Formats: sequence, C-alpha cells, structure tokens
Amino acid sequence: MPVIKIDGKEYEVAAGQNLLQSCLELGLDLPYFCWHPAMGSVGACRQCAVVQYQNEEDSRGRIVMGCMTPVTDGAIFSLDGDKARGFREAIVESLMLNHPHDCPVCAEGGECHLQDMTVMVGHRDRHYRGRKNTHRNQYLGPLIHHEMNRCITCYRCTRYYRDYAGGDDLAAMAAHDHIYFGRHQEGVLESPFAGNLVEVCPTGVFTDKTLVHEYTRKWDLQSAPSVCVGCAVGCNTLPGERYGKLKRIHNRYNREVNGYFLCDRGRFGGNFVNSEQRLDQPGQRQPDGRFQALSADDALAGIAARWESGRVAAIGSPRASLESNSLLQQLVGRDNFCPGTSAQEQQLLQRVLAHLGSSPAHNPSLRDMESADAILILGEDVTHTAPRVALSLRQAVRNKAFELAAELKLETWQDAAIRNLAQDQRSPLHIVCPADTALDDVASSSTPMRPRQAAEFALAVASAIAGDMGEDSAAASIAGDLKNAQRPLILAGTGVNSAELLDAAAAVAATLCTAGCKAMLSFCLPECNSMGSAILARGGAASLEDLLKRAGLGEFDTVLVLENDLQRRMPAAELQALRENVDTIVGIDCLQTATLELSNLVLPAASFDESEGTLVSAEGRAQRFFPVHPPAAQRQSSWLWLQQLAAAVGRAELAAGDFDELSQACAGCDDLLAAIVRAAPDHEFRSRGLKVPRQPHRYSGRTAMRANVSVHEPKQTEDQDSALAYSMEGSADPGRPGALLSYVWAPGWNSNQSLHKFQAEIGGSLRGGTAGLRLLDEYRCDAPARPENSQPVADSSGAFQLLPRYRIFGSEETSAQAAAIDALVGVATLELASRDAAALGVGTGDGIRVAEAALEVRINDAVVSGVALYSAGYPETCYLVAGAQNDLEKIEGWQRKPELIGSDGGGGND
Amino acid sequence: MSDSQLIAALSQQELAAIDAELEHVPYPSAAAIDALKIVQQQRGWVSDASLEAIARHLQMSTAELDGIATFYNLIFRRPVGENVILLCNSVSCWIKGCEKLQAQIGEQLGIAPGQTTADNRFTLLPVTCLGACDKAPVLMVADDLHEDVDESVIRQLFQTAGVDS
Amino acid sequence: MSPLLLPLTRNVHADRRPVALDAYEANGGYQGLRSAMSTMSPADCLQLVKDSNLRGRGGAGFPTGMKWSFVPMDNPSGGHKYLICNADEMEPGTFKDRLLLECDPHQLIEGMILSAYTIQADVAYIFIRAEYLLAAELLRQAIADCYASGYLGQDILGSGYRLDMYVHASAGRYICGEETALISSLEGKRANPRAKPPFPQVSGLWGRPTIVNNVETLCNIPHIIERGADWFKGLGLGEDAGTKLFGVSGRVKNPGCWEMPMGTPIRDILEGKAGGMEEGYKLRGFLPGGGSTDFLVEEHLDLPMEYESIGKAGSRMGTGTMIVLDDHTCPVGFVKNLVEFFAQESCGFCTPCRDGLPWSAQVLDDIEQGRGLPEDMHTLERQVEYIGAIGNTHCALAPGAMEPLQSALKYFREDFERHISDQHCPWCDTGASHAGH
Ligand SMILES: Cc1cc2nc3c(=O)[nH]c(=O)nc-3n(C[C@H](O)[C@H](O)[C@H](O)COP(=O)(O)O)c2cc1C
Ligand code: SF4
Ligand code: FES
Repeated sequence: MPVIKIDGKEYEVAAGQNLLQSCLELGLDLPYFCWHPAMGSVGACRQCAVVQYQNEEDSRGRIVMGCMTPVTDGAIFSLDGDKARGFREAIVESLMLNHPHDCPVCAEGGECHLQDMTVMVGHRDRHYRGRKNTHRNQYLGPLIHHEMNRCITCYRCTRYYRDYAGGDDLAAMAAHDHIYFGRHQEGVLESPFAGNLVEVCPTGVFTDKTLVHEYTRKWDLQSAPSVCVGCAVGCNTLPGERYGKLKRIHNRYNREVNGYFLCDRGRFGGNFVNSEQRLDQPGQRQPDGRFQALSADDALAGIAARWESGRVAAIGSPRASLESNSLLQQLVGRDNFCPGTSAQEQQLLQRVLAHLGSSPAHNPSLRDMESADAILILGEDVTHTAPRVALSLRQAVRNKAFELAAELKLETWQDAAIRNLAQDQRSPLHIVCPADTALDDVASSSTPMRPRQAAEFALAVASAIAGDMGEDSAAASIAGDLKNAQRPLILAGTGVNSAELLDAAAAVAATLCTAGCKAMLSFCLPECNSMGSAILARGGAASLEDLLKRAGLGEFDTVLVLENDLQRRMPAAELQALRENVDTIVGIDCLQTATLELSNLVLPAASFDESEGTLVSAEGRAQRFFPVHPPAAQRQSSWLWLQQLAAAVGRAELAAGDFDELSQACAGCDDLLAAIVRAAPDHEFRSRGLKVPRQPHRYSGRTAMRANVSVHEPKQTEDQDSALAYSMEGSADPGRPGALLSYVWAPGWNSNQSLHKFQAEIGGSLRGGTAGLRLLDEYRCDAPARPENSQPVADSSGAFQLLPRYRIFGSEETSAQAAAIDALVGVATLELASRDAAALGVGTGDGIRVAEAALEVRINDAVVSGVALYSAGYPETCYLVAGAQNDLEKIEGWQRKPELIGSDGGGGND
Repeated sequence: MSDSQLIAALSQQELAAIDAELEHVPYPSAAAIDALKIVQQQRGWVSDASLEAIARHLQMSTAELDGIATFYNLIFRRPVGENVILLCNSVSCWIKGCEKLQAQIGEQLGIAPGQTTADNRFTLLPVTCLGACDKAPVLMVADDLHEDVDESVIRQLFQTAGVDS
Repeated sequence: MSPLLLPLTRNVHADRRPVALDAYEANGGYQGLRSAMSTMSPADCLQLVKDSNLRGRGGAGFPTGMKWSFVPMDNPSGGHKYLICNADEMEPGTFKDRLLLECDPHQLIEGMILSAYTIQADVAYIFIRAEYLLAAELLRQAIADCYASGYLGQDILGSGYRLDMYVHASAGRYICGEETALISSLEGKRANPRAKPPFPQVSGLWGRPTIVNNVETLCNIPHIIERGADWFKGLGLGEDAGTKLFGVSGRVKNPGCWEMPMGTPIRDILEGKAGGMEEGYKLRGFLPGGGSTDFLVEEHLDLPMEYESIGKAGSRMGTGTMIVLDDHTCPVGFVKNLVEFFAQESCGFCTPCRDGLPWSAQVLDDIEQGRGLPEDMHTLERQVEYIGAIGNTHCALAPGAMEPLQSALKYFREDFERHISDQHCPWCDTGASHAGH
C-alpha cells in the first residue's frame, strides 16, 4: 500500500485510488462536486484542488485535482496550505456568481452539498458585482422539479442520466457560462431512473416534485431503514416522515444491492401510503354493502366468533412480511394455508428455488452482476420487472471498457478517459424476449421469441457451449460470447410464466460451469417477498386453486386473506364464487382492494413505513424493514392483528411475544429461514448503550407540532420491537450496524454525500456491515424434475399467444396508487405486429378485446407474429394468463385514450 | 410523427450528403456536426423539425443533437437572413475600429448585433477573430471575406446589395 | 540550385494564388514522398524528424518527433491510427496557417502523408475552421488530385502503404483548436477537452492512437525528409531549428505574415518587415505569439524569436504572430477584449474558466466603464493566480486567457489604476469606443 504525505503527516492509503477518495477515507474533508463514488472522476468542477510537491525540497508545489491524481508511494500533498485553500474558496465563489441564493425556498436547503461545501471552504464575501445569468426552467414530468438557475454546472446530472443510466433525453446545451441541462423540449423525463437526479445533483436543480409540493426539511424528517416493496429486488430505502405522512423516499446505501441508486418505482411508488384508499379502521360490511366501523375489540370478537367452527382457511401474500405469513400459517395450520399464489406461480417459484439450490452457478447479488462480462437474458424485460437490476446490467456491459482501460493502465475512476477509449464497445449482452426490451440500446443482440422457442434456443446455446455446435449460428455465437467470458451471467425469471425457460436458463448456466466458467445464474421474481413465501411453502402448500376448490366443496366457512388482492390473481368470476362458497371473508390490508370490497370483516394493516418485518429478495437476501413512524389511526402491523386474533381464539402460544420472538418463531419454520433473526439487530441492541434515533439532532418542533390539536405534548411512542427510537435522542454512531442506518448525516456534511462517513471505504460496505443476510448460500437440493406438463397453459385454442408487457409504472399493484406514478401509468395496451393487426383490421389507437379486457392497440413490429403483448398487472389485465392462447376481437367505436400529461404549465418557481 | 415522416423532412440531396459522411465514421452520431452543417447549408438554419429529423437519421436523441448544435456558434438554431454578416470583433480588428463598423452597419440596416433585417436579407453577427488580422478590420458577408473594411467599403457593399442608407 | 532558406513559402506568390498539383510537382513537390516511400522505413522517418529538432508550431512548441514516438507501433488488433492536421487557427491575432493553406495546399498534404506514414496511420483528417472556406475547397480539390495521382488511397506510389484523407470543416468555437477538444469535435460531440493521461497518442480519436499537429508543423515535414535534419537545423539562427511564419497586426505600417529563420530578432520583424509603427503611433507593448501570450515591451525588441529567450522574458513564442498595442489604444480595453473572447469561447466544462473568465471580464468592464473599485485590482490578481496556472483548469484555454491580463497588470498598472481613480477611461471621452482614435 502506498504511503503518502499530507500536510506533513504520513498516511497509508489503498493503491489504485485517487487522492480525493483517499482523503475522504482518511476522514480529511476535501470538498468536491463533480466526482461521484459510483461515477468516478472527470475533473470538471476543480473543487477538490490540493497542492502537490515534487519532492521535499519543492516549496512551491502546484495545484492538482484530488479526484484526478492517483496516489503513488511517496507523493507529497497539502490540503491545508493557503494556496490550496485560497483556490478552493475561489472555486466556490466562482460557482456562486450566478447562483440565485434562494436557499430559503429551495427543496435542497439543509441537505445541500453546495451549502456544505460553501461553508467548508469558508467562502463568505461576494466580490462579483455583475448581473446573474438566468434560465427558464422546464416541465420534466410529475416526479422531478427543475430549477436551472441553481445549477453549478458540475455535469453530474448528464453523466448520471446518460452515461450511467442510459437515458438520452437530458443533455448539456450551449457552451461557456450559458450551459443548460435540460431536455430538447419540455416533457416527462423518459428514464425510469430519473429520480436519482434528486440525490445526484449537489444542489437544488433537480428536486423531488412530490416533496416540493409538501415540503419538509431533511432535519425535520423522521426516518428508519426500510426495504422497497415495489418488486423482488429488495432495494434498501430511507423513507422520511413528518406529521404522519410519508414525505419522500431516499436511497439507503447497500453495497450488495442497490448501491447509490433506486428506480423511480421505488423512490416515488412508496407514496401509495398517502393514498385516499388507505384503510384507517376495522369494520364490517353490512348487508346493504356499506362499511361500518368497528372497534378493534369488536372486530376481533366478530372474527373469533366465526373461528369456532374450526373450518378456517387463510391466504397469505408474497407482498406481506415473512413474520405475518408464517404466523398466519401457524394460526390455521399448514394444510389450510395458501401462500397466496396460483398453482402455476408456486410451481415457478419452487423451480427457481430448486435451481438456486442445485445449480453449480453462483447466485449473484446486484453487485456481483455488475462484474458480469457476458450476459444472456431470457424472457425478462428487466428494466420493467426488476428495474434496479437493469441499472446494474448497464454497468456490467462496461466491463469491456474496463478491460481496455486496464491495458492502458487507466484506473477505473478515470471515467471520461475510459468512455472515450471504449466508445461504443461493450461486453456482450444478448436478450431473448417476447419483444423489444428497454435494454436493447446496450445489447449486442435482442431477438424476439416466444417463451417456448426461447427455451429451445437457450438449450441450443447450452449444447453449443458443450461443444455441439448444431445449426443455429446465432446460438453458437452467443455460446461463444458466454464461454469466452470470465463471469458470464444468465438471467431469467417468472415474468413470462414459463417453467421451461427457467430450466433452460439453469441448463445454460450449468453447462458453462462444466466448461470451467465461473457462471452466475439469477432469476427475477414478481413481488417483494416472493422468495420468502416460496421458502415458507417449499414443504408443499395449497395453491389458490386448491383452496378455492375446497371452499367450493364446503370445507371452509371462513377465509382470512392477508395483504393480497385476489382479483389480481384470478378472474372475477372465481373470486365471486369464493364469496358465495364461504360465509365470511376476513380481509387484512392497507389499501382498499377488490378483495376487501368482498370481505365481511376488515382489519386495517399498517403499511411498510408503519411496521416491522422481514422480506426475502429474489437473491435470497433476508432484509428487515422498520416502522418509520407509528401507525396512524387504528392501523397496526398485520402480525399484531394476527397475534391479537390468536389471543381472541384461544391460541395463547401464538398470541404473545414481541417482534423478535415472532421472528424467532418464523425462523423455526424452515431451516432456510433460521438466519432471518440475524437480518438486523434485535430490539435489545444498543449502540454505545443507547437506542438508535429515527430523528436527526436538529429535529424541530417535537413539543409543538401537535399544539394545534392539544397543548399537552404526548409522550413519544416507545418502540418495544426494535432498537430504534422515535426520538432524536440516542446514538447515531456512524459505525452502527448497516441494518440500523436511520439517516446519513455527519458534522459539516448535511447532504447525502455524508455517506462516506458511514462507509468502511469509498463504495465499500457500511462500517457496521452490509444490511441483510443471504439465506441460500449454503442451500443444496436436487435439481427440479422436468415439469409433468411442459405445456405452460391449458387453453391453446386461440389464435394469439398472450404474453405480458411489463411496465415499471402500472404493472405493480401498490406503486400504481401513488399519485405521481398514477399520472404516468398510461392506458392498458395490446401490442401486435403490423401484419397481425392488419389481419384483425386494427391499428394503433383502436380498441381490442381479449377475454374480458378491453385494451388499446399499439403496432410494434418487434413483436413476433402470432403474439399479443398486453400491459401486465393493470386492473384490466391482471388475471390474464401469460402464455395462454386467446382470440382477439376488434372493438368498434373505441375512443382513443389521451396520451400522458404533457405539462403542468411550465417549470414554475417554488 | 413517425420515423419515416420525420426523415422525409430532409431532402433527398441532404440525405445523400449525410449518408456520404456516414460512410467514414464508426457510428452514425459521429457525423452529427457534418449533418447539421449540410442541412444548414440548404436551409440557412436548423429548425426543430430538421433537428429531429437529423437525430432520427443518425439514431441519436434529439436532446443530444441539440446539445451539440447549441454548442457550436456557427450552427444556427434560429432563422437568419439570406446574408449573414460575420463581423470580427477580436483584438486586432478592435484596435482598428470594428466597434465603429458595427455601429455603422447596425445603423444602415436598422438592426442590433444578432438581429435580422425586416426584409430578411441580412443578419449581423459579431464573431471572433477571422484569421485575417493583418487586413483588419475584416468581415465576411455571405461567405466572402472583405479586408481593410472602412465606412466606404461598407457603403459600397450595401449599395451593390441595394440597401439605401 | 541555390540553398533553400525559406522552404515553407517557396510556392507562395505575392498575389496569393494557390499552387495546383502540376505546379507543385514541377517545383519539386512530392519528391520527398517518392523517395521516402521507396527508401525509408517509418522508423527512419521518425529518427529524422527527431534529429531535426522540429517543435510544434501550434503554440505549445512540443518536439514533434518525441510526440510521434509515443504512438504504439505494434498494432496487433489492426485497428485504425489517425493523423489529424489542426487547421482551426482561431486564436486572436493569428493568421499564419491561412497563408499556407490558401497558397500551397499540396505542401501540407505531402507533409501529412509523410507524417501518417511515419506513425503508420491509415486515416488522416484536416480539421479546418468553418470560415476558411476557400482553403477547405482548395484542400478538397488537392486531395482529390492526390487520389487520382496515387499519392493517396490504397497503395500509395506502389509502396503498399494505404492512407485515406478527409477534410472536416468545423462549426465554430475556438476551443476546437485544443487538440483533445478537436478530437471530441471530430467525433461529432461537444468540443470538451479531455484529461491527459491518456494522451491522444495512445487513446485519441475514437479511442485509437492519434497524432494532432499544426498546419505549419506538418508543412515542414516534406522539407525535412527531403533535405535532412542538419539542413533543417541550419536554417535557424540560434538554438531553434528551421524557419517560422511570423506575423504582425495592429497599428504598424505594413501588417503581414512572413517566413523568417527561427531566432530572428523581434525588431527585424516589427520594424524590418512590418515597417514599424504607423505615423503618429507609439509602441507600448506587444503580444509576441497571439492572444494568449504575455505582453512584451520595448526593452524586448532585440530578443531573438526563440522558445527559450521569449520564455525567459516572461512570455511565449505561441503562434509567432504578434499583436501590437499602441499608445492610442487603451490597454484595459485591449485586455478586456481578449478576456471577453476567451470567456465566450470557454467550453464551459471547468469552473475557473467557465465562471472565472466572465467574472474577470466583468471586472475589466467595470474598470473600463469608470465603475472600477480599488479592490478590483486585487480581484484581478487573484483571478490571474487561480486561473492562470496550467493544471488549475482542465485545459490550457483559461491559463492562456490570463497571460495578457497578468502582464498588463505588470506593465500597464498605472493605466488600470488611473481608470479606477478617475472613474473614467483616459482613452475614451465618449464612452462609446475605446480604441483606435
Ligand atoms: C484553447 C486552445 C486552442 C488551440 N488552438 C489551436 C489551433 O487553432 N491550431 C493549432 O495548431 N493548435 C492549437 N492549439 C494547440 C493544440 O492543442 C496542439 O497543441 C497543437 O495542435 C499541436 O500541434 P503542434 O505540436 O504541431 O504544435 C490550441 C490549444 C489551446 C489550449
Ligand atoms: S479551461 Fe476548462 S472550461 Fe475552459 S475551455 Fe478548457 S476545459 Fe473548457
Ligand atoms: S471533484 Fe475533483 S474536479 Fe470535481
């Protein structure tokens, strides 16, 4: 390790770094703007200047940029000298010439990196007497607010948006001090990762529009570690709350999972908790269909009364916590418990689990995926089914560039140099999907195929890897790319509902391993706890179909449904039949759903930001989410409802216990779950003897914020279930366990850039360890048997095969109910090749009927002829079965639905 | 507009010229500046519609192309007159009185720097050093360089063009 | 044959009519290429250029042979290598490359073919500024003629060596002349300069090895190859080898551009060729090599135009084209004009340049307009210190911009101070114009 000297002191630093990184790791505050730990250096802002001396005799030295200077043994620097300090102060003063100084009305205020750096360099007196340049702002959609006058031209936005995330509708315009970062014309930012601009921009140019409208300063936000419920990737989040409302979601760093970035479903979708569809009270449905509020006791007593017959079944949910699911399972017994999924979905999930347990290939984290140097994606439009994974894959294709860079001995942080060197050369990424995908722009090939064909093709690739070249030259060339790679990645998923495709993916990965490659095999799953419920069900579990059938046979008179809208999983008629076959449906959920509409008794569940639980991500990582704030109204965690219900029905052994005991009990249900208790420290954990605060030191108004309701300050809620406190008191030790990172904040570093103070090394794991625990690393099992019925779906009479088109906004249930996302969802469509459309006599904008759904046609010649691609997961389509054959019928007199909103009338100032 | 409609916004001649440039670049967007110049040569400036059409043809985003177009001062993103007057205002011409020339031209044409005459015949653009400093002050009108310019040269220039002062 | 003392302009006629291929050949053109192709290896050529001590004529004066030697000569992947001629000439007061381009395009092309051969480039570009329309047209014609005559294309003069050559006309912006910005621009992008390392010699145009040379540098090559290193070194009067195009603009009797030996005393240029100051004007100072070089004054007139002696005097040889400041012209206005130029031509990538230069320009404007404050002198000095050093900014544009300012603060300090104390420009009674009364 090189030893360098800074201001007379010697330090040992990691080789291969730049000086800025080293300084930050050493705890030396060197200001910067354009450098970003995930995006490397370009040397634009010149803020990280230090003085470098050639040798001990050199007394003048010269200014160099910390972020562009490799640390070499014996190098001598000064951060503190007048020359370096004076330069850095001059830089901030220059950056601020045109800045509007509108901090009081800026959404970045109080967590602004520009404010922090200004204070850090000691800039105070302004010498510039000229006019300030001003810009016109653009409308960028419902998620992001644009305020160009605040720009300091660090280029982080376009570097992130274009270079890192692959967006192409945001660019730097004009030159010299007229530079403008914006779109060609006003309009919604197209990248599904645009929201990260909020955190990437060091000042208030790009801010969270949903927050801007209901503004709270960072220091007044209460927050706790949470996990995104938008999909199965399990990104770590930091939701912030004030006055009982979720105000915003920020990224919570997890080196192995989401790193520094979220997708927009995750960042903005959690806002569904503020929806007007929230349930506040328990209640019962009266015979006339109206809802009547009940006290919790009455509601529980009502349920208990129906319990007596003993003929109770329960339906769990892949979007509810492990603890709630397993408690429910114990409450009704294994036989009467359905994890909440159809037989087909269970089969797919069990196959995924079995492949992960039997494949010689490595099951990668997102970070591992970023190291892939050749990728084959089968069936998944990853950007829309596992969005954050797609962002990682966009980094993985750059490994070719890093290889070229290594030949020239360029360090990985030399971002611009490496991009200029590699130009459009990328590591191979091959995609075989039903149609075009959102990763096609960086793919070496994207070949539309039906799942069956794709599986056969993948098997041909596997044969070619094994040396049997066959006739398919495309397969052979992909095989070559995979085999020549050091760390090839095969990625499939349950999205197209094909067991064959999962098997074929596993076969390719296994063949690669046999051929001596360190292959990786990963599967995209649908929901935030799909993997958790698959593990709970691996001993065998009833499917929805089973349960419904048994209900039809009169086996049950009460069915309890936990956080699951059955209408998304079965045709309306079957749900209606269930309704008729049982006396009572008890629904527990946080949002009003069709299922709750049919329920006799309803219990309001706390949402993710109000409850604690464990979710298992697609990777098999158990992760704990904590309540950010106590639940409002009569809501409580569903496991708490279930405990109280257990008490009411005389199951004392299930009724008692805090969350940790509950989690412990859940851990006992299955060997694979044994470790979940270690996903986060238990409630007895203390950091330096204290609980971990949810509120920052500067949290204001605690004693006054309810004064309009009552002048008596309520006692702060005590959190009995976790090591976190609803308080600003406690220990915010930056070395606390990663799973308890309730906010990032450090003296002098009020923005999220303070994260480096919590990292063991820049871009490394958190000082207190990476949050979450992988459950499947030791898991070994037999390979799954070939499916009995390789025909995925029974009905094969129709002329078109229905396949899903997933959309980041719209396909997922909860996020679509967040107001800002709802505005982006758009109409449910059916995509057809033009030949097929012509045969049906329809064109883009016409209406078409498939089963009971009425959809709007889009012509897309990337769709294979004979395939119809429907917007998946929309209310109109959620029960359509992917892979089924159906007939299509033109709807006459269809009124074309309006396109997405275009503008909210200009940028508008705060 | 569909891709084909958009690209139809370019003439066959423009497309052929752009395609000729595409032959010796490794990827289409590398010909962005040439393409902008080709279209500007035909139309005097690059409108939003042209910009979109070029972007589509070069398989790049309009935003990226606009970022390039607006970087270069001789790509015009607003309409200009039939004759663009490029008046050098850099140091050697400044020493030799280009400010006076600018005032005189402005007065004769009734426009300020950056503006176009009402009859759309002239646009006056002050530009940086034209590389003819030994003949300062200089200007270019419609691609022709005029050296050692003084009041009489300007008067004559506009007389030939039929502008009455 | 009389010894050739002024090789670069031997085909330049007084009326500046261009020399076509036949006339160029008739005057010995492409002889160097012919003999090199049959008798010299790329390594031989490189050695010769190294030995000649040729230094770049684009402003920085980097030894050309050394620059070329960084190009990797093993090329296992068989990818392209590029030679680029920098014909962007946009620095204020610089008009020397125009002469070579408009009068003798084949000299440049022959130089480029030989240079490309030396580094084994297979594609060459001439990056020419937008306004040099005549030159671009002549070059295109000359290139076409060369293809027709076998000097360019598949198998040059039967040697098996292949080279394609293109003219790229720019779309404006001075920063395109900076070699890495030029590469960005040639790639069809915004002309932002690139950080070095990696140097273009290993990762340049489209990530491939690339050499960028100035027009005048390349025009020297045919003569060096044909006549040898010693001949070339002998052309200079002192340390520096070869001849140089020197130019003078401003209030002199005979502004112009002439080829003279390296090491010619400044006085011989300013007074000899340019005829001294115009009647009624006195010399106050001059920028020896274009708008981004430091002022020199009367006392420096007897210095030889050589890299070292000009450097010792506190300035740079730059492009060798001088801009003269006379006593009727306000030095504050002069510097303000330059700083405004650089501010406007900043690419906008790095802070000190993008925001610092407009700030300096604003201060100079305040002083010039009679709104200056005593503290403004300190602000300007601070700007000079922080913007003026190479390395403080991303490329050399901004430090170049500070050179005339920093030396003006040294040589014409009283003029600045008088502006501030009088709240008025002494050269400007009307407030409308500041120069050339
Ligand atoms: C802002 C800036 C503008 C420049 N403009 C030119 C130019 O117009 N022509 C040129 O030959 N060199 C110019 N240079 C120098 C080039 O970067 C480069 O050093 C030169 O082309 C190398 O050629 P040479 O080694 O033959 O001198 C400029 C440099 C800077 C920093
Ligand atoms: S000094 Fe910086 S802003 Fe100025 S031209 Fe160079 S890179 Fe661009
Ligand atoms: S952080 Fe180093 S130059 Fe911007």
